[in-house]
Amino acid sequence: MSWTLSNLDLILELSVEHVRLALLPIVLSFVLSIPLGWLANRNRTLRAVIITSGSLLYTIPSLPLFVILPIVIGTRVLDDTNLIVALTIYGVAVMMRSAADALSSVDEATIDAASAMGFSTFARFWRVELPLAGPVLLAGIRVVSVSTIALVSVGVIIGSSNLGYLFQNGKQRGILEEVGAGIVASLLLALLFDVIIVLIGRVLMPWNRSEDRSRSRARSNMIPIKQDVGA
Amino acid sequence: MNFVLEALAYILDPANWAPGLRSPLPIGDRIAEHLFYTAVTIPIAAIIALPLGFYIGHTGRGRQFVIGFTGAMRALPTLGLLYFLTMIVGYQLDLLQSAFVGSIIALVILAIPSILAGAYSGLESVDRQTIDAARANGMTEMQILVQVEIPLALPLIVGGIRSAVLQVIATATIASFLGLGGLGRIITAGIALNDFTVILAGAFLVTVLALVVDGVFALLQRLTATRGLATRRRDDRKNLRTLSSGPAAAVGSPTTQGK
Repeated sequence: MSWTLSNLDLILELSVEHVRLALLPIVLSFVLSIPLGWLANRNRTLRAVIITSGSLLYTIPSLPLFVILPIVIGTRVLDDTNLIVALTIYGVAVMMRSAADALSSVDEATIDAASAMGFSTFARFWRVELPLAGPVLLAGIRVVSVSTIALVSVGVIIGSSNLGYLFQNGKQRGILEEVGAGIVASLLLALLFDVIIVLIGRVLMPWNRSEDRSRSRARSNMIPIKQDVGA
Repeated sequence: MNFVLEALAYILDPANWAPGLRSPLPIGDRIAEHLFYTAVTIPIAAIIALPLGFYIGHTGRGRQFVIGFTGAMRALPTLGLLYFLTMIVGYQLDLLQSAFVGSIIALVILAIPSILAGAYSGLESVDRQTIDAARANGMTEMQILVQVEIPLALPLIVGGIRSAVLQVIATATIASFLGLGGLGRIITAGIALNDFTVILAGAFLVTVLALVVDGVFALLQRLTATRGLATRRRDDRKNLRTLSSGPAAAVGSPTTQGK
């Protein structure tokens, strides 16, 4: 523990960097995937194209993608942008499949009912389909968040500064505890992000949490309503 | 674009394939090494993960364990695991041995969750009625597992192995920073020499290897599908909205595991 205790500042500083690098890809992959998931549900060919390109992109190993990107997007080799773009690509690759599944999981009868009530396609998407797709979207973004945070540390190989530094430095100096501290810090960050995302989900989708409780309450409150036959 | 052409020229140059060159060449040997690590790792991981996945999938006991375990493993930084294990092994062995043994252990650990999830969700996806019918026909539990569940679950089991293989190929590339061989060596050498052409050539080679292996497994998944089930699924596809991906989505494609 002595190494960890005397280097808490460093660990904290690198954790902040780590969060900075992970946050944007997670948010971007969520935002970009929703239109893609929507498109995937319009048309079977589009769906095939989107799902296939997603799994192909995800097949590209991380390190090669980090080093290929500079020539594709014209950045410098040792630039954090490469890492952020690469992580966004992986995030979108996973998330757009989730988004497609989430939007197709919405009950068709509900969508028809919304149309019948006069929702325009646009309003129906925002106010009916997207909220109902929420739980599946949430599950998808949790996967993206956890794997993005785990992946950020590979970026240390291409000169990015994050918790991965502890792995490299610890190995070079022969301090096992430093490597271990890096792993634990990375796991804790992943856990923290997961908790935050779940909390955001609870705030945005209160009906989702109270489902079980309300169901049991409904049963216990099932007092027969008196029928006012005479009145 | 210049870099791309130069990298392609580097890959296609027969001189870089000639045997007897010093590391990181020849390219053929690096591909063979990369495949060798995969061929060593996957069977070890499968011996551990498949029986466990079959047990959990067949009995339904320990489902929470699989879900929690695969989720937690996703959070594990591969680079950290590699460094940690090579260092621990390094207390006992010399540098090259520890790079090999440590990396292989790390790769096995990283391959287990996908294979486990594939085996589990494959068995989970088998129609309950089919299993009941098999039981009613007097099959023992072992017969049900071997003759009914595993054949029907085979595409998803192969799918789990597929994502494990891709994970191993990706992580073995990173492991060359710790002294493991394989195609990652070409990237490492390029970085050390500050030669972007070489870095790019290595990156292309790994990517192509991953895509080819993925394609082979995609084919294998298709071939292992039980015939009657395959046609039924195609009928389902006519209606786009019914195509929700249950457990198949979880492991059918390599989109679940980190790198």
